Amino acid sequence: MKRETLINAALLLGLLLVPLWAYVTDEPFTITLATKVAILALAGVGLNIALGLGGLVSLGHAAFFGIGGYAMGILASHAQSYTPLMESPFLIEGTKSMPVIWVTAILASALAALVIGTLSLRTSGVYFIMITLAFGQMLFFFAISWPAYGGEDGLSIYVRNGFPGMNTLDPIQFFALCFALLLAALWFSHRLANAPFGLALNAARQSPARVETVGLSPFHLRLIAFIISGAITGLAGALFADLNRFVSPNMLSWQTSGEIMIFIILGGVGRLCGPVAGAALFIALEHFLGGLSEFWHIWLGLLLLLVVLFARGGLIGVLAGRQVAHD
Amino acid sequence: MTFILLIEQVLNGLQFGVMLFLMAAGLTLVFGVMGLINLAHGSLYMVGAFAAAAVAGATGSFLLALAAALAAAAAAGALMELLVIRRLYNRDHLDQVLATFALILIFSEGTRWLFGSFPLYLDIPDALSGPVTLPGGIAYPAYRLAIIAIGLVIAAGLFWLIARTRLGIRIRAGESDREMIAALGVDISKLYTIVFALGAALAGLAGALVGAIQSVQVGMGEPVLILAFVVIVIGGIGSIKGALIGAILVGLTDTLGGIALPAVLRLVTDNATATSTGAALSSMLIYILMAGVLIWRPQGLFGAQA
Amino acid sequence: MTDPVLATHNISKQFGALKASDDISLTLRPGEIHAIIGPNGAGKSTLIAQICGTLAPDSGRVELMGRDVTALTTRARAQAGLGRTFQISALAMEDTVLQNALLGALGARGGAFAMFRRALSDTNLRDVAMMALERVGLADEASMRTSDLSHGQRRQLEVAIALTLNPKAFVMDEPMAGMGAEGSAKMTGLLDELRKEAPILLVEHDMDAVFALADRLSVLVYGRIIATGSVSEIRANKDVQQAYLGEDA
Repeated sequence: MKRETLINAALLLGLLLVPLWAYVTDEPFTITLATKVAILALAGVGLNIALGLGGLVSLGHAAFFGIGGYAMGILASHAQSYTPLMESPFLIEGTKSMPVIWVTAILASALAALVIGTLSLRTSGVYFIMITLAFGQMLFFFAISWPAYGGEDGLSIYVRNGFPGMNTLDPIQFFALCFALLLAALWFSHRLANAPFGLALNAARQSPARVETVGLSPFHLRLIAFIISGAITGLAGALFADLNRFVSPNMLSWQTSGEIMIFIILGGVGRLCGPVAGAALFIALEHFLGGLSEFWHIWLGLLLLLVVLFARGGLIGVLAGRQVAHD
Repeated sequence: MTFILLIEQVLNGLQFGVMLFLMAAGLTLVFGVMGLINLAHGSLYMVGAFAAAAVAGATGSFLLALAAALAAAAAAGALMELLVIRRLYNRDHLDQVLATFALILIFSEGTRWLFGSFPLYLDIPDALSGPVTLPGGIAYPAYRLAIIAIGLVIAAGLFWLIARTRLGIRIRAGESDREMIAALGVDISKLYTIVFALGAALAGLAGALVGAIQSVQVGMGEPVLILAFVVIVIGGIGSIKGALIGAILVGLTDTLGGIALPAVLRLVTDNATATSTGAALSSMLIYILMAGVLIWRPQGLFGAQA
Repeated sequence: MTDPVLATHNISKQFGALKASDDISLTLRPGEIHAIIGPNGAGKSTLIAQICGTLAPDSGRVELMGRDVTALTTRARAQAGLGRTFQISALAMEDTVLQNALLGALGARGGAFAMFRRALSDTNLRDVAMMALERVGLADEASMRTSDLSHGQRRQLEVAIALTLNPKAFVMDEPMAGMGAEGSAKMTGLLDELRKEAPILLVEHDMDAVFALADRLSVLVYGRIIATGSVSEIRANKDVQQAYLGEDA
């Protein structure tokens, strides 16, 4: 445990220092890469609550990531074209304010998670995997065929959204925002894991019959975990869209779901900072291998295969040894 | 006019459903017998299509192309099973999902590396290239009819295989009790490889057959894979009968919904809105169907009680 | 006579041609240990499942404290005061012993939706959990990983979790299964104490323990209760000797 805490601290410090160093040496691209890591890690922290703590193998988290992205895209595009989202029964206008966009993204993806979770959690095991996947696809095809917000082509915004008192166009300031949100999410998920809720959820993963015989409902525990998980991933989606100033159905694709899951596995399932380590490794691989070979996904695939078959604890598992929370 | 359109769409739905069945049959067998969820099943579909396109390009023979698709997909499937999949039988579903996701990356990028990013084309054989006139004066592409026929013949063959042959008995035994068939002296690992290769061959065949209607390209397998998942969730995992009925249900819903929904919406709203909303909604229709089935029967139409 | 805490009224359950429960009526009175014995396959597990709500009877009723609970879920029955232990330990193996006991305490409190407080620093919860662990003799093992416990200790933890619920009635499915003589003796002593808090419906194969503990015995054979009575009555019962004890003795 102690050792894992040290590794976590080193990881987060590294994620903070790299962009700072890049800022000093004036390499904005590196800052952008680090921002991407922070955002993708945030998405992974969200999924990890369902997957690591709750044992819910959701292959549809791209739905929430994409909903967050579209929350940003839709609000910002209405704001930049000065057209309201709707006029009756009451007026809703677009906005370029990040806090408003974040809250919208969180609420929208939580609502989607409530619906998807209520239906999907009636099943378990492999059915659950396939159903979450299918719901993700449903939104993907909806986004493609719904012409109002760009359909297949997606939606661009001209200028990054604003945050009171900060210049979000400055890469380092935008990174700071994303990093702060990542820290907040990590803190929250740490508290959650150690709170009564986390204890019960964790027990429901290991022995649902036991949880029921003490009078608790595994279904409700899992549903709430799924909603929280979706909401955090949705927030990450809004940030990701803001980073790229672009949102497209691609964010909703099942490959995105797979990638978010990869972050967790590469880092270590159920580990607090697993998604951070995994996302950092993923982006590093994409950057360096992608530079060496056009076909870097082959190497990513091989690495993933090796990790799954032979190094099940992921990066943090290899570094920190056996864990207490999850096997 | 509308009646002819309806018949055409029903046939299209049937053709689509039959193709989905070829995919879903392998998935559901592999899950039923080995308890494995295989995301890389779509890669085998792609392998079949590419093998067919390559052989057809070299020899000009469609039959040889189909044979190549079957052989290549079965070989790729057997290899996949021997090298990777058999290490996953005792793992949890998460490991299976990830390892087979990794296989998709490897297969897709490997294929792109070998064949490039541009789509290949596979021509419909001359004998089947024209339309056939059906009773009632409906002209329908002969090739699509042939696909329906091939699919139904294979479905019948699979039912026969499972119900009547030694291999089928072993497969059914493997579904209900793994230790039992080991005790009976059946070589389980060989049985698993055979079942996996059989499922792979069916996927490869589907890829080749569809490859002649659509283009053959990297990534073609995954959309079909996900639809096949929907099919087996609807039909009940492990059930071949469920896979067939689920596949035809999904095929018909998809094609008929695309026509019916905008038409229905046109009754209540203006033309343009009806067309765009209808298109968006009909793309979601099969997932709505799936959700409906799950609310009603969480284990699928023909699934064993969970 | 006092009203029973737990009762089944004519419950029946059929699986195909097999009558797993055939018109079973039994009661559990305050302060007693009522043991259910019977050969393997007699339908003991099916009976427990119906009492605890994991299986619905085809007909008949289950009552807890005079209230019909037949339609209630396992969860609702637990909340109504049914404390169950499992035949095959159902524990969160990766968690510590204390965490498992805390889970019961959480259930007793009626909800686990607190998300910020540390469960381990909640003194109320912790006290309830530790007290239960002390009662079963696992206080020293509180911070051990549950999967590292011995088989007997896991059975004790099962009982401890049931204890944290502060139940109106215990239903224990073979709490001595797989235990050595020493463990059985310890568990016998513990159950003897516990009956003062809440009566125990005990399914057990260990006849020494059953004869030492049970106020009443019911003998279940092929889904039917063929006799109910005190230990001496059951020992003297001809049907029982023939159907069950006769084969063993």
